Amino acid sequence: MGKIELNHITKTYEKDVTAVKDFNLEIEDGEFIVLVGPSGCGKSTMLRMIAGLEEITDGEFKMDGRLMNDIPPKNRDIAMVFQNYALYPHMSVYDNMAFALKMRKFKKEEIRRRVTEAAKVLGLEEYLKRKPRALSGGQRQRVALGRAIVRDAKLFLMDEPLSNLDAKLRFQMRAEISKLHHRLKTTTVYVTHDQTEAMTMATRIVIMKDGVIQQVGSPKEVYDFPANQFVGGFIGSPAMNFFEGLIEDGAFVTHDGIRLALPSTKAQELKSAGYTEGTRMTMGIRPENVTLQPPGFSGESLMPIESEVIVSELTGAETLLYSKLGDQDLIARIDSGLDLRTGDKVTLAYDMELAHFFDSASGERLRLGEDAGISI
Amino acid sequence: MVKSAAPKHSHFDTIQGRRRALNIINWVLLAAGSLLVLSPLWWMIITSVKTMQEVMTYPPTLWPDSWNWSNYIRTWEAAPFDLYTINTLTITILVVIGNVFVNSFIAYGFAKVPFKGRNALFAVVLSTMMIPGFVTLIPQYVLFAKLQWLNTYFPLVVPAFFGSAFNIFLLRQFYMTIPDELIEAAKMEGASHFWIWWKIGLPLTKPALATVAIFSFNGAWNDFLGPLLYVNDENLYTLQLGLQVFKGQMSTQWNYLMAGSLLVLLPVILLFFFFQKYFIQGINLQSGGK
Repeated sequence: MGKIELNHITKTYEKDVTAVKDFNLEIEDGEFIVLVGPSGCGKSTMLRMIAGLEEITDGEFKMDGRLMNDIPPKNRDIAMVFQNYALYPHMSVYDNMAFALKMRKFKKEEIRRRVTEAAKVLGLEEYLKRKPRALSGGQRQRVALGRAIVRDAKLFLMDEPLSNLDAKLRFQMRAEISKLHHRLKTTTVYVTHDQTEAMTMATRIVIMKDGVIQQVGSPKEVYDFPANQFVGGFIGSPAMNFFEGLIEDGAFVTHDGIRLALPSTKAQELKSAGYTEGTRMTMGIRPENVTLQPPGFSGESLMPIESEVIVSELTGAETLLYSKLGDQDLIARIDSGLDLRTGDKVTLAYDMELAHFFDSASGERLRLGEDAGISI
Repeated sequence: MVKSAAPKHSHFDTIQGRRRALNIINWVLLAAGSLLVLSPLWWMIITSVKTMQEVMTYPPTLWPDSWNWSNYIRTWEAAPFDLYTINTLTITILVVIGNVFVNSFIAYGFAKVPFKGRNALFAVVLSTMMIPGFVTLIPQYVLFAKLQWLNTYFPLVVPAFFGSAFNIFLLRQFYMTIPDELIEAAKMEGASHFWIWWKIGLPLTKPALATVAIFSFNGAWNDFLGPLLYVNDENLYTLQLGLQVFKGQMSTQWNYLMAGSLLVLLPVILLFFFFQKYFIQGINLQSGGK
């Protein structure tokens, strides 16, 4: 069991610095929650409050209904994996993994059973007698995970556990942690600044900025229906394209006068939602929704615009095309079949059906049509 | 090709030659320095094997006429040095234990346990280093007299269990290099501060602890003033006090005194040889290096 309730959690440091503001979240047993956001957004502070390493200034943290605010970390039954692994350098891998069990006065046989089992799961059997300094980064990471697993704790906390690994190993460990979670089903709260980790591992993502939750939702929800411009820009790589402009005569017109006609349903929805002619707004469109226009093809929602290639980056399976819409930057993600050079003229088709519209002042996304009812 | 290679080669040669010359100069300078530093020790050694007559001859001999190793036996038998050795060892071991464990515990607190007023308190502790020992000599004597601790080892041993600013500072600096994550991890795994200190703090600060141990061993072993002030009973005498038997009102038996001093010095020298590595690490620590 590991049902977590976080009600109105606030963290204020001396001199009125607020790190976390009115954080509300309920985590069901077995969920894999990823807290994500740029550095300084309060995600690590939130994690450390759950761990008990930081005091909660205001609000309630409950675990299975029990108020945890004043319970010291050692009595919280929470295991944590740290960014720099925090392995005890003078102890062998075995002793590192057995430490928590020894502290809790487990019987020797039970300790041995649990440590060997965890070592088997993590492929560490051969390394049990080694000291941490004789291990590679990935192996150390596994020991850190093992140390958490053996405890059979109610809740796992992970603070950017993959940020010290090289790209390839990070990729591999990401999958391993996911596998581990499927197997153990322990409630997990994972902190990262990497939106890819968030998207691939989470059952639900919590996006934070300046200590405030921006959106909570499944990876698909936050990708397809970002609550605001910040989330739209943060989730997804490369980031969503944003264009300043206004609604005019059933079309979105950029501030330098380029007209992108809206599908009639979209225009109708905007109108019925009260966004009338001349309302200033920001349009957001993901790079994969801007495609190369096949000759002779046109759909109702596809809006072709002549553009010039500024830079074309081949990443392998796809090509990232840097261009402009009027004077505003644009990135399009296209098939790498074509060999495009700087200066080439192309026709890019904007899928206006999939475009998002944000209130220019507040940054909030305008809820239209079918997703107007979805509460996020 | 060959022509262009040849001058390069000779150039390389001269650099090497210069380096060798520099090495020799360095070596000579260092050897001369060592000789200078070792000369008092040599003086002790030759004096210890001379007869009193030879000690007094003028000009003094740098190579003894006769090597009277029996001086050492006579020295040892001149007073109950066996007993004094046991006494000194008792005091020294207790002082070392006190210094190592208590200072480490205090240093852990100052480095890793956040509490209100920690820095202010630490400043107070450090400020005690500025007070010269002799200023507190009389009040301390009065204090121990009132506790009726005179003529016991308490005044020599008990203070070691109350921390010393220098050692606390030294160990705290070392603790600061241990990442907080390690302490936090242990906290989450169910360890109290005491256990964290015992299981993680102590093993990880071994080099610094060795330094503290060596310094306190030296201090306690060589302490003369302390025992002189607080111990009157001859059965409680330490080696340093025992050596006084060779210093009379009228004359001093220099040869026996030197033989005795050398014997007493021996453990310190041996200690230095075995723990040289830690000694140097510890001294580096003080200068902020790692």
